[in-house]
Amino acid sequence: MKITIASGKGGTGKTTLSTNLSSYLTTLGKKVVLADLDVEEPNSSLFLDTKLKEENIAYKMIPNWVSDDCTLCGECAEVCNFNAIIDLPDEIKVYSQLCHSCYACSELCPTSSLPMREMPMGKISLFDANGFDLIEGRLNLGEEMAVSLISQTIEFVDKNYDGYIKLLDAPPGTSCPVIEASRFSDFVVLVTESTPFGLNDLKLAVETMKVLHQNYGVVINRYGIGDDGVEKYCQDEKIPIITKIQNDKEIAKLYSGGELLYEKIPHFKNSLDEIIAFFEEQI
Amino acid sequence: MKEIVVISGKGGTGKTSFSSSFAYLEGQNAVVCDCDVDAANMHLLLDADFSQKDDFMSGEIAVIEPTSCTNCGDCFDVCRFDAISKEDDFHIVDKISCEGCNYCFKVCEHQAITMQIQKAGDIFVSNIKNGSKMLHAKLGFAAENSGKLVAKVKTEAKILALKSDREYVITDGSPGIGCPVISSLSGASIVVLVTEVSVSGLHDLKRVYELTKGFNLPCVCIINKYDLNKKVLKDMEEFLSYEGIEVVARIPYDETFTKAMSIAKPIVEFDSSSQLAQTITRTWNIIKERIEK
Repeated sequence: MKITIASGKGGTGKTTLSTNLSSYLTTLGKKVVLADLDVEEPNSSLFLDTKLKEENIAYKMIPNWVSDDCTLCGECAEVCNFNAIIDLPDEIKVYSQLCHSCYACSELCPTSSLPMREMPMGKISLFDANGFDLIEGRLNLGEEMAVSLISQTIEFVDKNYDGYIKLLDAPPGTSCPVIEASRFSDFVVLVTESTPFGLNDLKLAVETMKVLHQNYGVVINRYGIGDDGVEKYCQDEKIPIITKIQNDKEIAKLYSGGELLYEKIPHFKNSLDEIIAFFEEQI
Repeated sequence: MKEIVVISGKGGTGKTSFSSSFAYLEGQNAVVCDCDVDAANMHLLLDADFSQKDDFMSGEIAVIEPTSCTNCGDCFDVCRFDAISKEDDFHIVDKISCEGCNYCFKVCEHQAITMQIQKAGDIFVSNIKNGSKMLHAKLGFAAENSGKLVAKVKTEAKILALKSDREYVITDGSPGIGCPVISSLSGASIVVLVTEVSVSGLHDLKRVYELTKGFNLPCVCIINKYDLNKKVLKDMEEFLSYEGIEVVARIPYDETFTKAMSIAKPIVEFDSSSQLAQTITRTWNIIKERIEK
């Protein structure tokens, strides 16, 4: 089973939930793998006791100009829809950050002067973490193609962890990176908080899930501090509320120091049990 | 006209609570700009009225005309994004997977493919409760090009500020370090990094600062929830001092942030006499001084 933990708003507790859930499920004897897909700001490893086992460079393919046979015809610049290629009077310039790796320029070049080559865009690391494997995608700074790295990280998980419970910690937001992290999962857990911000961003996330025809449910975090807008919305829209995690300064403190919560906060552990029960019922 | 860009790397650190307070304090002297186009929130705190709405057109997708399609499969062969699949008599494009690269359009010998420009979102100009104006946007569902939308929102905000002779543009940036953030940073007079004392807050601060450094922009930092963990705070202060970044405010863990948010008010409006509000007011004045310097 593959479950994505996502949220519209940042800082609602995605990583807290996914790290704790992975660790707790492991103690219950389940085979779990956690993938950190927040490739711009991967944080899961900070909350786990990790040992690096394997590190792979992730590449994207970009065209590389070879001048030998090039006639400077300009076909490459004309075909590129992302302005990643500029044909100057005496050379072809490739802006690799703008390249979407579609291969059009390379394969349509009459003189084969733009062979594709690998360019590092980030890393996919495998950690041994609290008895389960953590797979982390980490984008290089200044690199813009998060989606490609997310999809490569998921591919790595799919290839190596058949039969595991796969938890995917998604980036925040509702745009392309979140979609990539959610579209091929069996279920998406939307973590929100009971505030107007939480509600506003939850609505956006729900719309995105609808576009993807995804199954989803909601975890309300910091329950009790804000208002009841989120709860009412979920009831009206018939969205399952999987659990409510009580607002608790102790959680903020433990989180701050990078500690796991379920061993120390009984009500938090109860919430994890409710999540597990929810999924057992789903199956 | 000066632009203050507030960013955080990590979500939920209080970025919007601070930037909306700055906007509220500055009143008509500032145009406000929300660059979190993916999950915008600032309009809630500033009572935006969405008075003007424009389509944001950006990016193309391929569309196959079934009657012209001969099912030859050339488009399928060249697509690197698995966006094209075969039906019984023709091929179709999956809108979500299509990257808009144009390659299939180029190779189709039967002129069965057209590239159609997409509506990627909405851009709004709103009147807000302090008498000023705000630029904000909503990215379309499952749409791309958030970086371009950010660039557009920023440009419009600056034009408005110049036209109406405002002194500041206050920009609430987007989380992360990817294209929308890079777009948020361009042209900033000063960058305000908002972080929280937690291992993840520190981690993300370092990443987003590395990015900011590449733009060679002046930075100051607000440390939120400073009293949650002494060790993390110490590490954070050491990092900031090593990089020469001035800490303009240290804010304790305070549930006022959430309470103010729950009734849709910036903190300085919610309880202007509170110590928290006074600290934020002082912080804003310091930031303005640093721009002048």
